[in-house]
Amino acid sequence: MTTTKELRELYSALNRADLPDRNISSVYCGDLLSHVMGSAPEGAAWVTVMSNVNVIAVASLTDVACVVIAEGGAPDDDAIAKADEHGVLIFKGSGRVFETALEIYERIHV
Amino acid sequence: MLDMQTASKPHRAKLYLHYEIDGDDFTRAGEASSKLKQSLKQLGLSPAVIRRAAIAMYEGEINMVAHADGGVIDVDIDTAAITIVMRDTGNGIEDIDAAMKEGYSTASDEVRQMGFGAGMGLPNMKKHSDYMKIDTKVGEGTTVTMKISIMSE
Repeated sequence: MTTTKELRELYSALNRADLPDRNISSVYCGDLLSHVMGSAPEGAAWVTVMSNVNVIAVASLTDVACVVIAEGGAPDDDAIAKADEHGVLIFKGSGRVFETALEIYERIHV
Repeated sequence: MLDMQTASKPHRAKLYLHYEIDGDDFTRAGEASSKLKQSLKQLGLSPAVIRRAAIAMYEGEINMVAHADGGVIDVDIDTAAITIVMRDTGNGIEDIDAAMKEGYSTASDEVRQMGFGAGMGLPNMKKHSDYMKIDTKVGEGTTVTMKISIMSE
């Protein structure tokens, strides 16, 4: 098990600093939002290259613990505002999806 | 289980919610589902039931925005189930059997670039509901009715 607090050491958080810390129980990778919607487990760290505003809606509805936007994707101000509004923690990671997911997986299973 | 003591109007055995969805506005798609999620949380329903209802309705919202220029959603909640009725006056679905297959999509390139149009919308709605019925007529519109049982886990 790891936490969103620990991920703050690895990636830069893009929104509100006062979001409650959450446990991360698994990692989920996906870019097709309907696949993510149907399959992302609650409490997962969701790693994706997508960064549009719909990512926030999907993250909120699936109740993932956080979103990690990998491979240099950058959400716009609207997406960040929406994340703040819905309490969705978004990180920006510079690594590739696989390495990013592996890094989080190792944190969970250490 | 729905505990009526936690509902805002304890004398009513039913809660009714209504949402209007704008067409072509993907930035707001999901707002109705988020509101439904909040309402179901306030009723004290189980997280699994809330998640299923929110996911099923979100997919329907995306379909309304992508294919039908919006629509209206009516949600009825009683002690047994959440019933979601989504109505639009869009183009209708020509081939329901194809539309129910995972991977089949008639979405535009613009919609696909946003991460939708994977052909998972209707299959996801079916997967996350206990009952789903589609009434559609080409050129007139589509009504999707979904029931999510509150008792099931």
